[in-house]
Amino acid sequence: MLKRSLFKRPKIALENGGEDFSSFSQECPGCGKELSQGELFENLHVCPRCGLHFRLSARQRLAILADEGSFIEHDSALDAADPLAFPGYAEKLQIARKASGENEAVLTGEAAIMGEKTALFIMNGSFMMGSMGSLVGEKLARLFEFAQKERLPVVGFTVSGGARMQEGIISLMQMAKVSGAVKLHGEAGLFYLAVLTDPTTGGVTASFAMEGDIILAEPGALIAFAGPRVIEQTTHKKLPEGFQRAEFLLKNGFIDAIAERKAQRETIAALLAFHKEGADHAGL
Amino acid sequence: MRAYERLQMARAKGRPGALACISSIFTDFYELHGDRFFGEDAAIVGGLARLSGRQVTVIGIEKGGSTDEKLLRNFGSAHPEGYRKALRLMKQAEKFRRPIVTLVDTSGAYCGIGAEERGQGSAIAQNLMEMMRLRVPVVAIVLGEGGSGGALALAVADEVWMLENAVYSVISAEGAASILYKDASKAEKAAEDLKITAQDLSALGVVDRIVSEHGGDFSLCFSDLQTALHDRLSALCALSPEALLAARYAKFRKIGRPER
Repeated sequence: MLKRSLFKRPKIALENGGEDFSSFSQECPGCGKELSQGELFENLHVCPRCGLHFRLSARQRLAILADEGSFIEHDSALDAADPLAFPGYAEKLQIARKASGENEAVLTGEAAIMGEKTALFIMNGSFMMGSMGSLVGEKLARLFEFAQKERLPVVGFTVSGGARMQEGIISLMQMAKVSGAVKLHGEAGLFYLAVLTDPTTGGVTASFAMEGDIILAEPGALIAFAGPRVIEQTTHKKLPEGFQRAEFLLKNGFIDAIAERKAQRETIAALLAFHKEGADHAGL
Repeated sequence: MRAYERLQMARAKGRPGALACISSIFTDFYELHGDRFFGEDAAIVGGLARLSGRQVTVIGIEKGGSTDEKLLRNFGSAHPEGYRKALRLMKQAEKFRRPIVTLVDTSGAYCGIGAEERGQGSAIAQNLMEMMRLRVPVVAIVLGEGGSGGALALAVADEVWMLENAVYSVISAEGAASILYKDASKAEKAAEDLKITAQDLSALGVVDRIVSEHGGDFSLCFSDLQTALHDRLSALCALSPEALLAARYAKFRKIGRPER
């Protein structure tokens, strides 16, 4: 549960999935370079000068990642619930659904990546800060159960402010629910690859983001349990340079590698292919 | 009683914590220390014990009573090594087929530089995954405060119980008030809206049993708790590990499942 400010910078070029080739340009928040939308799109929304990875919507990521026409979406018709009847939450959900065109903060389904078939989830940072409502938990649990049944690997992209406060304890319980589904999928000898993107925090970091057999992260991504502002307020200490960035987690031993966006398709496809050989024998 | 009043009771000075509970309802407690990777975290206490004669592993989060105790226990906010110690003791219990009792009383996992450097998120995540598949019974009891992921990391269990005036929440009422209502003084409203009491959580299907506090007579409360634990552990120990694991997964799997 992070302050909204964390989600405001750097600005997301295209929040809602559709590609917009308007002539608008924007300044890279990393180095200040003027970038046209066309240039950004060509470069997978990575600044060509400083390498800053702009945030993407789930649909933008899907378009970059999956083989064209291969994606079959799951559970897009499920309705998000308001289990606590929390004041104002139902309206907030409606607004988020309308603005995003998605039913929740995660997109799930099956796809091929350079011909490698996989179950896939991609979180949406623009949907209530990618927070984990009960429907996020439900869609993820269903995806891991589906993948276990179909003997498929799971590739998952995380971006999240953590638990969804308006769902209270029900949101917290999704951490246990999804972790259980991840564990069962893993016990069946199947491969789960997590790719952490900016920002991945709170209850998502403390559950399925950190449960991958292999964990990758985009360069510079903030990955935290408690956000930097909370830590500053709690400890009154100055945070070290690069604290909680992907490179910091790599150095401390909590992720396997940094994956630049340009190399992700090839890297993920290669890892899927590598694990396919083992999967034929696993669980026997 | 309003949620905010219960919250104050759950945090009240003098309310018995994990160590007081351990000395009241268990015998032969022998404390074990360290995570075998980094260090010892005194916010989490755990070890071998007997409950009405039965061998168990008991693990609790202890806030501490006196100022010195509180500092030693880091006010009950555990670091990653605390959660890793807890997991080590749980795996040990599984090896020796001892049921596990956890006692939760924390405002949350510690938020600090060292905790992040040593992987607070990763440590909690490992506990959630591993606890779901421990092949021995696990009963978690929220004694006072159940603070978010730091509480859940000891509460993926076959049964989750709460004392009558305990609370269990995804975020502190104060935190929710400042983020959602932009006004920290609205903690009272947030406490109500978040549904954090044992009674609310029981109605939501998250909590399986509420243990009466007998109007503040904790010796009676703990006596009831001991009897109830003994009965439930006997019943859970009679199940096959497969039946136990299937029921544990189903218990969490159904939370937040849509109607249709």
